[in-house]
Amino acid sequence: MTDDKFTAQAAVDGKLQLSDLRMDPPTLAHQAVVAEDGGNPQLAENFLRAAELATLDGDEVMSLYEALRPHRSTAEELKALQTSLETRGAARCAELVGQAAVVYARRGLLR
Amino acid sequence: MHARDLESPASAGAHGRMRVLDAKPVNLDGFSVANPELGLVAMRSPYDPEPSLVVADRGRQKVVVELDGKAAEEFDVIDEFIARYGLDLGAAQEAMALDDVVLARMTVDVNVPRAEVVRLIGGTTPAKLARVVALLTPVEMQMAMSKMRARRTPSNQAHVTNQLDDPLLIAADAASAVAYGFREVETTVPVLSDAPSNAVALLIGSQVGIPGAMAQCSIEEALELRLGLRGLTSYAETISVYGTEQVFIDGDDTPFSKAILASAYASRGLKMRVTSGGGAEVLMGAAEKCSILYLESRCVSLARALGSQGVQNGGIDAVGVVSSVPEGMKELLAENLMVMLRDLESCAGNDNLISESDIRRSAHTLPVLLAGADFIFSGFGSIPRYDNAFALSNFNSDDMDDYLVLQRDWAADGGLRTVSAERLAEVRRRGASAVQAVYRDLGLADYDDERVDEVVVANGSRDLSPGHPKMVAEAAAAIEARQLTVFDVIASLKRTGFDEEADAIMRLTRERLRGDQLQTSAIFDENFRVLSKITDPNDYTGPGTGYTPTEQRRAEIENIRQERTIAELTADQDAHRGHLSITAIEPAQQGSDPREVCIGLSPALGRTVWLTLCGLTVGEVLRQIEAGLEEEGCVPRLVRVSSTIDVGLIGLTAARLSGSGIGIGLQGKGTALIHRRDLAPLANLELFSVAPQLTAKMYRELGKNAGRHAKGMTPVPIFGGGTDESISARYQARTVALVALERDVCEPGQPPLTVKATRA
Repeated sequence: MTDDKFTAQAAVDGKLQLSDLRMDPPTLAHQAVVAEDGGNPQLAENFLRAAELATLDGDEVMSLYEALRPHRSTAEELKALQTSLETRGAARCAELVGQAAVVYARRGLLR
Repeated sequence: MHARDLESPASAGAHGRMRVLDAKPVNLDGFSVANPELGLVAMRSPYDPEPSLVVADRGRQKVVVELDGKAAEEFDVIDEFIARYGLDLGAAQEAMALDDVVLARMTVDVNVPRAEVVRLIGGTTPAKLARVVALLTPVEMQMAMSKMRARRTPSNQAHVTNQLDDPLLIAADAASAVAYGFREVETTVPVLSDAPSNAVALLIGSQVGIPGAMAQCSIEEALELRLGLRGLTSYAETISVYGTEQVFIDGDDTPFSKAILASAYASRGLKMRVTSGGGAEVLMGAAEKCSILYLESRCVSLARALGSQGVQNGGIDAVGVVSSVPEGMKELLAENLMVMLRDLESCAGNDNLISESDIRRSAHTLPVLLAGADFIFSGFGSIPRYDNAFALSNFNSDDMDDYLVLQRDWAADGGLRTVSAERLAEVRRRGASAVQAVYRDLGLADYDDERVDEVVVANGSRDLSPGHPKMVAEAAAAIEARQLTVFDVIASLKRTGFDEEADAIMRLTRERLRGDQLQTSAIFDENFRVLSKITDPNDYTGPGTGYTPTEQRRAEIENIRQERTIAELTADQDAHRGHLSITAIEPAQQGSDPREVCIGLSPALGRTVWLTLCGLTVGEVLRQIEAGLEEEGCVPRLVRVSSTIDVGLIGLTAARLSGSGIGIGLQGKGTALIHRRDLAPLANLELFSVAPQLTAKMYRELGKNAGRHAKGMTPVPIFGGGTDESISARYQARTVALVALERDVCEPGQPPLTVKATRA
């Protein structure tokens, strides 16, 4: 990311698009280190999950969120989602989905 | 049911004091008998679990197998998430073993470093933290807040909404809000489909004049995220969490979906915090018999577990539930403190009108203002009450002067500053014009110049013509249909000549992508420097440490628009200068006429002081007193007493000179008394001490009574009738100014002079 890329003129010239609003995963990884050093590993974990989501487009992020809302997904669907996230390098999000699947089954929150 | 439940306050007293009390606003508030069965109990319920934590080693990993009395197999989604992510198991054993009182003392002990408290609290379960906090008195909570809040510099957030969703008005109000000093501005909608328009208008308005404030549009979670992904907002805070599973699920989320939401916002550089706030579970009928404090402790623990950098709590939507029970207001303060103890950003509530009583709502906000929080309000209503589309805030636009005065009274930085009327008009016009231009340029809506003019001077949407009802809806629909992004808004601002705003929003977008504002308690200052727990950590370790305002900031807090110099306070004297001329005749001699009553004039009367505090000129006051004396057949003589400004001594001096032995003392500000030559200086016969309340008739009565005293008759009592005014607050600043004028011309040791007054 360079400062000269993000100018009002560049916006006028149509050189900036939606994907430019995604964070750089290394930037988030850096912020995770800062958060961890600051004594907040949970915030760091959030940033590391975010680094994974930064590679997904908006619709994919939205559908991941939707899938985890109560009574939206079957156990199979969550399993498939977990696998798909794993294969795309989103290991932390995949793990979260896997954990949710177990708890949702126990608490009756599956579809 | 208690018998008192059946008795309405109105029937309790049919007359007198009780009738007055019944009519007081506080009696419009609801008060509930504490009822743990319903969760209607503030600090502790008999059903709250005993704190407990059992950790087992599973291979190389430590796993929580019991949390606050519940085994892992019984964990609900909230327990599960807290157990898995929320606790520092390295510190847990030590922290859980500590006596509650010991831990509570550490939170207020300035000799225990903040970091050490944070470390230990990290190892406490929700039940343990609630127990610890419940031990503190409100003053101790404030002490702990001073020490434990994350960011050194306090800040403030504003609600910016209106009933018409008028985008020009939103922009003008956002521009006003940042001028006042708010660093976060939050909008929402009465009509959901208008949200994209509100978000765009808020974004533009929030960068007028002073750049760098963050903006959010609080709506349904999925739609809000969509706007955020397009860069139209820069933070989110209404990611709601609740303390019981049932209510959480009713809110259509789980901690797992919220965790993804949190990460989704971070993935696009949007700052986010969660919202909790006590009482919601009670209101939704699923508090599981637990105390409000314990359930809120679960929320705060969960917030930390989710990786949220902060929490909005302490007086949110269910504030009326909390304030209806004993210790409710204390519980709200404890909510803020728990957030700080978990080392998260505290956005400290106060954003819902807690009471119909001004006394009570002030009492809710003051402790937070004095102790300091990352955001004193999670939504100060910067717009009129009726325009607030959230709910009325605890302070609203018509409370702005009160708030600024409170800052000044306590030398407390509440994040805001005075703005002149001219400056407000300027930024409001700029904000409204920018939105007008962008909406035209992007083909969203065509607002005419007259609308801009209306918006600039409007107090709120009731001052605007309703306009076309579909205009906003169509603009919002177009923003959605074309999936406009922040770059479209920037380009449009640039094309239409609003370069400063275009550059500011671009800078905000660029800075966002660096991610420093994702850290705990982050705000941008006016130069886009990030102030956060990392860059601006709270370093309070006792008196003489921690946040102190800069000289410039101090001046902002002190220099309210109502403050006046002595010269300004006495400027109205000049308009009456010379209406009377008082000239010396001779050194005052002892009179011999038994009908003579001397009127002693203070040093400045008719020299530099011409107008009394009640609005009568000194000439008129003298005329009335003299007329009163004459009506009793007495003879007035004027005596200038320059040697003292004390009205008692002036009166006594006059009495000693007068043939009757009765004298009147009169100060320029209008204070007057009747004296007798044989009395002590402070023991007078009649005193008109409340100068602002006096009337021409009363001065005449005073003259008559002096005459009666002179003749040895019984005086007629003069009743003022009393007042509801705060005489001290209204007049003492001016009194000081007038006394200063008296002091300036006072000449100690000067003998009194007989004078005459000639009217111009």
